[in-house]
Order: sequence, then structure tokens, then C-alpha cells
Amino acid sequence: MERTIIVGGGHGGAQAAVSLRQEGYEGEIVLVSDEAHLPYHKPPLSKTFLKAGGAAQLLRPESFYTDNAVELKLETRVAEIDRRAGLVRCDDGAAIEFSSLILATGASARRPPIAGADLENVFVLRNMSDAERMRAEADDASEIVIIGGGFIGLELAHTLVGLGKQVKVVEMGQRLLARSVAPVISAYVLDRLFAADIDVRLGAEVRGLEQAGARAAAVTLAGGERLGADMVVLGTGAVPSTGLAEAAGLAVDNGIVVDHAMRTADPRIFALGDVASFTHWQWQKPARLECVQNANDQARHAAKAITGKETDYRDVSWFWSDQGSTKLQMAGLSMASDRTILSGSPENDDLAVYHFDRDRLVCVETVNRPGEHMLARRLLAAGITPSEADIADGKDALKALLGGPAQGRSA
Amino acid sequence: MAEAIAIIFESAEGVRHEVAARLGASLMEAALMNNVPGIEAECGGSCICATCHVYCDQVADIVGAPSDEEDDMLDLAAADRRAASRLSCQIKVTSALAGAIIQLPARQY
Repeated sequence: MERTIIVGGGHGGAQAAVSLRQEGYEGEIVLVSDEAHLPYHKPPLSKTFLKAGGAAQLLRPESFYTDNAVELKLETRVAEIDRRAGLVRCDDGAAIEFSSLILATGASARRPPIAGADLENVFVLRNMSDAERMRAEADDASEIVIIGGGFIGLELAHTLVGLGKQVKVVEMGQRLLARSVAPVISAYVLDRLFAADIDVRLGAEVRGLEQAGARAAAVTLAGGERLGADMVVLGTGAVPSTGLAEAAGLAVDNGIVVDHAMRTADPRIFALGDVASFTHWQWQKPARLECVQNANDQARHAAKAITGKETDYRDVSWFWSDQGSTKLQMAGLSMASDRTILSGSPENDDLAVYHFDRDRLVCVETVNRPGEHMLARRLLAAGITPSEADIADGKDALKALLGGPAQGRSA
Repeated sequence: MAEAIAIIFESAEGVRHEVAARLGASLMEAALMNNVPGIEAECGGSCICATCHVYCDQVADIVGAPSDEEDDMLDLAAADRRAASRLSCQIKVTSALAGAIIQLPARQY
């Protein structure tokens, strides 16, 4: 019996089903998701979904799953992986055997140890039901405090201010997005928040939430300041959902440990997306990436491995964040960066930061330069490092480095 | 159910898929929601991934020229750019497109 069970209905889980069929997989496919909805696009949840309302944007229509014989088990949790028997047990009592198992369980919100973090008007944003609850609450809220100045928190800040709310962001670090972008971009992002009338506190430690009945009434800071709040959002990162894997005895180290083909130490079991820890080809160290690109591309690789066409995961990482009208994009990994070159200027709302590890280009961050972001992805895939002059000359010079017609990325 | 028109997507190998495209949706959504193979649309329609590339030769006048931003993206799409290349997420389905044949490139990534 050939059957692949996919656990998790996010981008990676859905793409795994799509890719398995594209690769000609003829076995059964069962996708188990604890959500009530068909797999949908997550990036809009912090933006258009809150702003415009309406339904979620599905990744594929319902007919895709029926036409491609992908059995969906929605609102179902996998309770246990029994490796000896080669099956998973679901919370509805079903025990389903597998020949291959894909863990695409994602990550859940990190809840900081703050007193009051579980009050009823305190929200996190990881999935559509979070977003629906937040949307309902935001209708009546006028003052909103966001704890954590990461991508989701800052996107939300712009969206909520656009809905007429007073928004404050409290960030512990000395700059925004500190682990993700260069200081010049952090400064630019801060500037745009201020321009949108969003109050941002850097270096601010939260002491606790002031409670009024079952609700939070304010966020209090270590210095004693009280920020009144009808609604509080925790944008304090995510932790990989590794519980099932751990209980099944699979190696977990900040994510489920997988090899170049997304395979765990058990050759039947794969992990991908936000939950997977892998040695990144560019960095040569364990990495765990929380982004759509990584989930989709790793799903393609897992599908190839399951259909006997194993390949190394060497795709260029990329990421985007719409901060109000600002288009922030990243290609590659900046962790190894020891030198940067700046192109453009914050004053013109148009800039790029090129990161190098010694002499090698490793990452490019762009603000409002989507074309240059695409170029950067191609340069990184081809292993081409532009000179300072090429970068100063801009797109045409960079395009010339690629030579000839555009090349597809390695996949 | 909103009003819909017929659009024909033709693969690089010449295989045609006729779909009922909802007026006001994007061409990308029309393809994706009808399971037309050959459109990836990884970014969901934000004009940042260039994986919903199409050739609009037959209706070039109707769909018009891309924006500067889209123009940049098309230069870097995986398949060859042609005069009537567009990103399908940036084209709205209107009644003027009824019966249009939209060609798909051989690859999107």
C-alpha cells in the first residue's frame, strides 16, 4: 500500500499534495489539518484580510483535492505517530497507515511569560481563526498595543492604524526587526511607522498587563508607564510545533532535524517548512526558516524524494513584508553577513542593502525595488557576486552579469 | 454567483483549458480556481514572484501594458519574455476578454 499522510494544512502541507501529484505520485494522499478551512494564503491575514474582510484566499479550490484524489481530514488532529506500526492515530479515533509521512506542522505563537498574557482581549496571529477573532475585536477597539516589533506586529500596526485605531508598538530591543534586517532598514521602517502616526517604544520592557475583569485594560512598562489598551496583540515570535515528532522519538533541535531532502532519521518521515531544521546550503549551519518560499520549495523537494527523484535543497530563500505601502523584500540569508553595501537612499523611499560574507554575496534586502529583488534571487542562485560599481550602476548592470536570457532557478 | 465569462488557457504544449472566469477576479485567480496547470502564483497576487506569467498576444490591446513594477518582474520571469507577456495576477477579468485565448509559458520557476 502506497499512502502519504501530510500533517498540517498550511502552505507547505498543501504544496506537498500539489507537488506529489505533479511528480506523478500514484499512491493515496491524506492531508490532515486541525483547521476548519481548506488551505489558504497566510500572508494576507495581517493585511487585506483584516482590512477588507471577506473570505480567505484559498491556495487551491476544493475541486483540486477531489480531482487529484487528495483526501482532506479537516478539524482533525494527529494525536500520535506510531513508527513501529507505521501509522498515525487521529483524535477522531482513526488509525491510518502510511508508507510516507510528511510533518508540516508549522509553528505556533510564542507567548511571553507576561502576567495577563492569557486575558480575553489579548491576541496572537498565526491562522485564520486568530485573524477572525482579531477582526471582530478590532471593530470596537480604539486603543491597541502591539507587543513585539517583528514582521507580523509591524504589518498589523500599519493595518490597524489604517482602520482608524490608535496603535502603539512596544519593542524590547534597541531597533526593529533586529535579527532580520540591516540597521539602515530598521531605521527606515521605524520612520515609516512614525509617519503613519504609530507610536513606537524601543528598548521598552513590559512589566505586565493591567487586568480589568477578564480583560486587559493597559500594558505597563518597566519604567512604570501605563499604555491604555482595549486590545493587546502579542507579536513575539513563534516556536516550531515539534510535539508529535518528539513523542515519536525523532531528533528535534529548534525544529525537526532533516537532511538535504527534508528526510528525518526515519527514512519514511519528512518534515518541512516552519517546523524543519536543516543545514542551509548558504550558511552551512542549522537553520529554520519561517516563510512561504521555504515551505513551498521544501515541499517540492520532499515530493521529489518520495517519488524517487531525490535532489538537494539549495533554493534561494526569499521573503517579503508589506509594511503599509512599503514593500520590503529579502533574498538570501543575512546571518553570515560581515560587510554591507548600501544602494539608493531612505529619503527617496528606495534602497537596497547588499550583504557579503567575505567576498561572496549572501543576501540582498530591498525597499520598494521588486525588480532588483528578483535580480538578487537570480544572482544568488547563480553564485554571482556583483562589484560595488555594478551595484551603483543598478539594474541594467546587474542584469548584464546574469548574461543572456533569464535563467530559471535551480529546483 | 457572480457573472462569469469563458477564458481559454493554452499550455506550451497546446493543451487548452476553457474556464468560467468570474468578472472582477484576476486572470491568475481564474486559472488557479479552475485548476489550470502551469500557473503557480506563489505570492498570492502581490506582484512579487513572477510565477503567474502569461502571453496575451491575442488580446494584447485589451489587457494593455504592464506597470513599471510588473515590467521589471517580467524581465526576470523563468520563461522567455515576449511582447505580450504579462503577470496574470495584474489583469482583471472583464467582459471584453470573453473567449480570449491566453497562452502559458513552459515554466514558471
